[in-house]
Amino acid sequence: MPLLEVTDLRTSFHTRTGVYRAVDGVSFSVDRGETIGIVGESGSGKSVTCASLLGLVPQPPGRIKGGPVRFDGTDLLALGSTGLRRIRGRRIGMVFQDPMTSLNPYLRISDQLIEPLLIHEKITRPAALERAQKMLEAVGISDAARRLHAYPHEFSGGMRQRVMIAMALIARPELLIADEPTTALDVTVQAQILELLQKLRRESALAIIFVTHDLGVVSGLCDRVLVMYAGRIVESAPVEMLFHAPRHPYTRALQRSIPALQPKGRALHAIPGMPPDLSRPIAGCPFAPRCEFATDRCRSETPRLVEIAPGHAHACLRAQAGEIPSPLP
Amino acid sequence: MSAPLLELHDVRVHYPVESGFIIRRRTGTVKAVDGVSLALAPGEVLGLVGESGCGKSTLARAILQLAPVTGGSVVYAGRNLTTATAGELRAARRGLQMVFQDPFASLNPRMTIFDTLAEPLAVHRVVPRDQVGARVTDLMNKVGLAPRLLHKYPHEFSGGQRQRIAIARALALEPRLIVADEPVSALDVSIQAQILNLLSGLVRDMGLALLFIAHDLSVVKHISDRVAVMYLGRIVELGPAVDVIERPRHPYTRALVSAIPSFDAASRRQRILLPGEPPSPIDPPRGCAFHPRCPYAQERCSAGVPPLLAAGPDRVAACVRLEEI
Repeated sequence: MPLLEVTDLRTSFHTRTGVYRAVDGVSFSVDRGETIGIVGESGSGKSVTCASLLGLVPQPPGRIKGGPVRFDGTDLLALGSTGLRRIRGRRIGMVFQDPMTSLNPYLRISDQLIEPLLIHEKITRPAALERAQKMLEAVGISDAARRLHAYPHEFSGGMRQRVMIAMALIARPELLIADEPTTALDVTVQAQILELLQKLRRESALAIIFVTHDLGVVSGLCDRVLVMYAGRIVESAPVEMLFHAPRHPYTRALQRSIPALQPKGRALHAIPGMPPDLSRPIAGCPFAPRCEFATDRCRSETPRLVEIAPGHAHACLRAQAGEIPSPLP
Repeated sequence: MSAPLLELHDVRVHYPVESGFIIRRRTGTVKAVDGVSLALAPGEVLGLVGESGCGKSTLARAILQLAPVTGGSVVYAGRNLTTATAGELRAARRGLQMVFQDPFASLNPRMTIFDTLAEPLAVHRVVPRDQVGARVTDLMNKVGLAPRLLHKYPHEFSGGQRQRIAIARALALEPRLIVADEPVSALDVSIQAQILNLLSGLVRDMGLALLFIAHDLSVVKHISDRVAVMYLGRIVELGPAVDVIERPRHPYTRALVSAIPSFDAASRRQRILLPGEPPSPIDPPRGCAFHPRCPYAQERCSAGVPPLLAAGPDRVAACVRLEEI
């Protein structure tokens, strides 16, 4: 049984200007010890998907339909806030993008680190502090004994993100949800954090959902990747397959727009236009207006995610029908 | 190579650090930029890379005299801007424009796109009033935006479109040099590709010189002819973009290049992890600023600031152990 199984998750926001379908029928699963990447551009629904799993979408204006979202057999969407609190921070850890704003500036690092332990476990304060110090050492903060009692402003961005990771992992969760955890950091610090996540994953059977817009980060870290567009999953594949044999035209276009994968001097592939307005109903495939392969059928019929090879699924009608040639070598 | 359009000679930007409640005393100096020399030819794209806090944005601002240059000189088209009068500076700025990182903060939300683009034309009296409309339309076409959008306000545009508007504004005065400070960092990859293609096209078609600042090395490699790597206010390596990024010589550049998330499993295994983070520019390490994090550091690295040494054709690097590592 997978650790997490999300079925037909739909999250919408009811605003004055209309109903904004941020997540529109997303299904996936995560096994124990597996790292999955969710990639997509701003507004594609990656962060809202994560927030929905954890009950962090404010309702109203948010509204969550669909499901179930089964975590180790329990439907997270059916749990009340009390039930969710028992899972969040204990069995599922979270790390958010902005290390500068996600720590409380008034509290010492030590108090923030041991809070999940004091809430979720029967533990004395000294014992919790000892574990906090070990955790800080594990995430590579030198001089942890002294640093433990510092305030967030005494830490740099990279160190704060380590503290966030330490906080998310201190209760030894089974699943870590990391939403763009390295986006605000410099590449050298990002490399340290990625290395740290890989080490933690090897040492425990931690499952990770890693949300990012950077395909390069995904390729080094994840086992499997979900590509999101306009609130839907358009392609899902093992990481090697996604980079070497992407099938959905959106994934292929993304790949061709990355400077690192293109020879110097050649113009980058730019996807024309912009993602669709999610407050209007979308007829057919949401990518059709920007797709070079789109036909009339794409504009009227909604494609479904279909598995075309073991572990590789995509939602393109024409590629499913074999009408789009496989990528050039 | 033709005569340089822009020359920086030993440029320094030092800020005083003051402390004390009533009696303010100068207690230190932040050396944001500490002795940078560079030259940029017409039609050339120079990439400037480095981590946050290394002084790359301060250097960009110093070129346009938007940051106080406390030492050295900035020479643009033969004129020393650091000693120029306000009038001379204004005249020079016609040829010297900037594009900023955040397209949400760099456009005035109360001005329509037409007003934004027409303002520099009016300030510098570039064209007669009756030709402003035609000129603005022309600018919109150059950056790939439909002229019918001219009477909209910035909030009606996406990030990529706003960055196009910011580029159009920079082009309004027909500059010879554009300084672009992280112009694509805030954009999604597919939009980033559009803006990179636009900038490369403008450089090619208009013979612009471009100083392109970014922290993303793959972007810099793609667009630049030459690249300069900065660490703590100084240039540590400078040379042709492909050479520097594919065969870095300075230990810092090596670490930086190896930290790029790679699509290739073999190069991932050779990642050089730097311990710690860049030191504070208030209290930089003695000698080579990189030596406390450098895997090759020796005692003599802390003795003095290493000069830029020849490191191959058109290449320099500031490391005393260059020949040994």
